[in-house]
Amino acid sequence: MKTTDSSGDVRLSGIGKTYGSFTAVHPLDLTVPQGSFFALLGASGCGKTTTLRMIAGLEEPTSGTVFLGDQEVTHLPPYKRPVNTVFQSYALFPHLDIFENVAFGLRRRGIKSVKKQVEDMLELVQLGEQARKKPHQLSGGQQQRVAVARALINHPKVLLLDEPLGALDLKLRRQMQLELKRIQTEVGITFIHVTHDQEEAMTMADTVAVMNAGRVEQLGSPTDLYENPNTTFVANFLGTSNLIEAEVDTKSGDDIVLKAGGGKLVLPESRCSAPTTTGGKVLVGVRPEKISLTHADDAGEISEGRNRITGKIADSSFIGVSTQYVIDSPVCPEFEVYAQNIDRDARLVPGAEVVLHWNPAHTFGLDAAQDIDAGVAEVEEDAA
Amino acid sequence: MAAVTEAPPLAPVPEKKPPRKRGRWTPYLLLLPGLLWLIVFFALPMIYQASTSVQTGSLEEGYKVTWHFATYWDALSEYWPQFLRSILYAGAATILCLLLGYPLAYLIAFRAGRWRNLIMILVIAPFFTSFLIRTLAWKTILADSGPVVGALNSLHILDLTNALGWTSGDRVLATPLAVVCGLTYNFLPFMILPLYTSLERIDGRLHEAAGDLYAKPFTTFRKVTFPLSMPGVVSGTLLTFIPAAGDYVNAELLGSTDTRMIGNVIQTQFLRILDYPTAAALSFILMAAILLMVTLYIRRAGTEDLV
Repeated sequence: MKTTDSSGDVRLSGIGKTYGSFTAVHPLDLTVPQGSFFALLGASGCGKTTTLRMIAGLEEPTSGTVFLGDQEVTHLPPYKRPVNTVFQSYALFPHLDIFENVAFGLRRRGIKSVKKQVEDMLELVQLGEQARKKPHQLSGGQQQRVAVARALINHPKVLLLDEPLGALDLKLRRQMQLELKRIQTEVGITFIHVTHDQEEAMTMADTVAVMNAGRVEQLGSPTDLYENPNTTFVANFLGTSNLIEAEVDTKSGDDIVLKAGGGKLVLPESRCSAPTTTGGKVLVGVRPEKISLTHADDAGEISEGRNRITGKIADSSFIGVSTQYVIDSPVCPEFEVYAQNIDRDARLVPGAEVVLHWNPAHTFGLDAAQDIDAGVAEVEEDAA
Repeated sequence: MAAVTEAPPLAPVPEKKPPRKRGRWTPYLLLLPGLLWLIVFFALPMIYQASTSVQTGSLEEGYKVTWHFATYWDALSEYWPQFLRSILYAGAATILCLLLGYPLAYLIAFRAGRWRNLIMILVIAPFFTSFLIRTLAWKTILADSGPVVGALNSLHILDLTNALGWTSGDRVLATPLAVVCGLTYNFLPFMILPLYTSLERIDGRLHEAAGDLYAKPFTTFRKVTFPLSMPGVVSGTLLTFIPAAGDYVNAELLGSTDTRMIGNVIQTQFLRILDYPTAAALSFILMAAILLMVTLYIRRAGTEDLV
């Protein structure tokens, strides 16, 4: 039940936070429309949690303003803001049972008859049976649902979720992602979700803002971010990208022709976020799953008009649904290719000469002035 | 393969023995030193005192166990005002300790930052001096011509405390106020330390969560911080009240004959009047009274329900 009114919009304008000489969040502008599921994605220390805490009122911004709908809340204490938070470690009150934890917000606002509401809310998160238990008697996943119920029961204009699934194991996390998504659709409240897990952000959110070093790198739908990254950080942090340094050769119609390692690559001009002047450098990117692998002996069968690169298989690993190849090519020493295991070519083993080819429409272009490896280290750090 | 078929039949199962016999005795061995200590210095004296309390006789003729339980009744009926006074003074000192100690423990736990260790040292520092010396120092502080009396007098607070019966004349020394102040001062660290320990264990995010759920700062304290610090409140009040109820040094040094507590009576009976049965009986009555009150208090506070 989504509405078109903007009373639940969150508008941040020029909001920033510095601690002494360290800038946690550079002044940023952000609008989260009413009813959307919005994710702030980034590695630890990128400022995403600080941003969330400034919306909750738990952190005083150094600059800028926070609006909830038409109301400015920048300097309101948390207990006066119509927002609620699901904390990273849940922060359930250990001395109160589940019922009282969920009823806490209602009671603080002087609502006397809480029974019906609390029971309905516990039903929504499927914890009706556990009402009289203490938080420590519940499993991690159940505690997490209590934390959600405790926040949602207040019908906040915005629900803030600070890495709510961080403490759960992988399987439970997948389950809770769907659960949260279901609840969000059911109640129609704006959710702002902070996470470092790109898969989580992409599965759940309508809109994702990728943050890096206190700045929003790019904002868009998961598909948009994945298919059209604007920076190397986004390209590397969301999934994997193969980035090749190339030189602009000519422009023909809507396409740019580039020179890379003796070969030519075609890039649609609309998918290039960098200025292109003949002779200038551009980073060309392509996702590993867009690429087809053909053995060098069959190179003639590849249809015309596809981007091609030659190389040698350095490594291959079979992971069930797909096989991941690492290709050593003159343009890029570690080119990654994910091939679906439909018809496996037995000749594609390490050492084999291959041709990589893909539809030029899947190519994207980035400004070559950036660090080509930005965002790579962060992904590895989080995986460790 | 042949080895398997030719393997001898399994030896008969040996007598059932716990696999690690020595391990079974470890807890008792660990308990032994403490247990011995308690038997020699706690259980035996207790039994000895219990038997003393039901003896009759005199110092010259010697005492005999005659199961004379009337001593208890006599002691109680003669010294009930001192009992009542002890409980009153100890209770007042405990409440004062809680009122003074809680804000300080709260400050150390949540607001002190890098000063935390320094303040903790200051709290413990009085222990570096003897209990007696510290109490004697209070004698000087509360002296009739001292600064405290002068200040209270000029602020007309003494008129008020006089009216309440806490002080008399222009004096603070040798009044109930002095004794309660002494008790409060001497037992304050026993209140602060457990309070600090339980406050410090509270996750700061719970305060944030309460604020996020519309609790104003004071409501957060009332509904979250204070309930979670209950274990500290209970152990702090017990650690203050129990020794304060049996204390005699403060009443001896800072009080007068009108402020004698039960500890003073027991001390006099034992060491000056040498009426051992009455002294022993008084000790047991005090112990029973404290046990009863503590049990009721703990039941009431319901600490076992807390984390």
